[in-house]
Amino acid sequence: MSSEIKELSDGDEIPKPPKEPFKMKNFVRKNVTQLGMIFVFFGIWLFFILAAPKTFLSPQIYYAFMSTTPLFAIMALPLTMVIIAGEMDLSFSSIMAIGMVAFVFIFEPTGNVGLAVIAALAAGIAAGIMNGGLVVGIGIPSLVATIGTQFFLRGLALVLLDGKGATLVATKETFVYQILVGKTIGKIPNQFWWSIAVAILCWIILNRTRLGAHIYLIGDNEKSARLMGVNVNRTRMAVFIMMGFASALAGVLASLQVSFFWPSLGEGYLLSTLASVFLGGTSVFGGTGTILGTFLGSYIIGAINAGIVAIGLTGFWTELIYGFIIVASVSMHVILQRRIK
Amino acid sequence: MEPTYRIELYDVCKNFGEVQSLSNVDFKLGQNEVVGLLGDNGAGKSTLIKILTGYHQPSSGELFVDGKKIESLTVPLARSLGIETVYQERALAEQQTLWRNIFLGRELRTPYGLLDVKRMKTETSNLMIKSMGFTSSAVSPESTIETFSGGEKQGVAIVRALYFDAEIIILDEPTMGLSLKETRKLLDFVRHIKDAGKSAVFIDHNIFHVYSVADRVVVLDRGKVAGEFRTSDITLDDLMEKMYLVAETGSLD
Repeated sequence: MSSEIKELSDGDEIPKPPKEPFKMKNFVRKNVTQLGMIFVFFGIWLFFILAAPKTFLSPQIYYAFMSTTPLFAIMALPLTMVIIAGEMDLSFSSIMAIGMVAFVFIFEPTGNVGLAVIAALAAGIAAGIMNGGLVVGIGIPSLVATIGTQFFLRGLALVLLDGKGATLVATKETFVYQILVGKTIGKIPNQFWWSIAVAILCWIILNRTRLGAHIYLIGDNEKSARLMGVNVNRTRMAVFIMMGFASALAGVLASLQVSFFWPSLGEGYLLSTLASVFLGGTSVFGGTGTILGTFLGSYIIGAINAGIVAIGLTGFWTELIYGFIIVASVSMHVILQRRIK
Repeated sequence: MEPTYRIELYDVCKNFGEVQSLSNVDFKLGQNEVVGLLGDNGAGKSTLIKILTGYHQPSSGELFVDGKKIESLTVPLARSLGIETVYQERALAEQQTLWRNIFLGRELRTPYGLLDVKRMKTETSNLMIKSMGFTSSAVSPESTIETFSGGEKQGVAIVRALYFDAEIIILDEPTMGLSLKETRKLLDFVRHIKDAGKSAVFIDHNIFHVYSVADRVVVLDRGKVAGEFRTSDITLDDLMEKMYLVAETGSLD
């Protein structure tokens, strides 16, 4: 340590660092969002068990739940990083489709699933670069830029495949298929493990790398980040690329799971993905948010989805409830923030 | 042999579109020298500072650090050359924790390339006690900056500048928003920089503050250097007289 730091102490005696004793109150205050989420998670679960005991006490619903939730959880996790960075991406639902167009273009002539997956992920990265380029290079607000690319990429997918779907039955029984959407111990869908893998990876990126530290910083105060030498543009670019990559992966999983690709793939995912992020406590203004929050958020959203159907409500209700969750959780966050200040 | 000057600027101009913020500015910072930068609002003080720190690149002119010509100074390069800045805006990220702010833009890493969170927290904890004078248990490396007072925030910005072995410290309006006591502590701190053999550029609206700590005062006016004085050669009254003159006529004579 340099000498002048010591001089700053004005020759005071250096007291021992105050060792904070573990206090339940402090722990609760620090982790209030996550604890609240866990509470909500079990609350909703209990409610569904009471409302539809037959469905919610049998394991089938949980296997179904483990195969559908990962599809949007995998996108909600990197979307959390996009939103923490103070940006927005609404094009991911279309990136799912454009990735699969690349998949089909490679798979149909070659029959090579592995190569097709790589093509899909590359297309996702390319879409991310396009979004990042519009935001960083041209300077369009990301919300507007990605609404544009959402329609553009959807249109591109429809044009390239002439609006028709493609069967993927031939992918079944391949090794790649087993790895991606097969089952572990004959029961647990592998998508579930993929969502955990993506969550761990996102957690490491966000909490244990410089990129992650810079994501928080540029979302909190871009000017400060620039003054302190953070490469703001490179960080922004990175979040859009990660988002593109993950969206393409989700598209692959969603299509392989049903062995068919519709060019409309992804249209139902916009709401559930956004709801997962905001329910998870990520600030809509950027600067704060957690991976664990989003992970729990997406499984709560998944449970609500399964529950609504199980207790006999129509699918129309899901849209209403997701929309309500987005508005309510964002409002709550804003009100809580204001009270802290 | 050590070069005579730590920083030299020659004929530096800076335009923002149509607006010429600096025109043909020469500026030098010597070894172990504290230079005060004075000037009215819009005189170009902040622009000059941001060129020294690599935030802005000059439109034309030359820049030398320790006698070496620097073609394109960026913030990371400036920091690696030992130039540290305490910005007027403080350059803090308010929703983030103290330790993240201390290591903002220069996070410590383990040999595997991951963030060394534990070490950053320990170092922050040490700095808090030794340098910032935070001893209350309400403040920890995990506290977020938005809970701090103005003086505490300034303390964070200063300690951060010092942690990384700064050789040249630039203070941009550091007394703004500080209490009397905090201001005195800050001026003492600038004298410490001098005693430690380092150099500093000190910008302040308050001519008393600048006069009391600087070896030399440079007066900027409308983007030009209007004049410079050694504080040992001029009385405070004369300096104030000159400043009024500059503000009214744009010239010292």
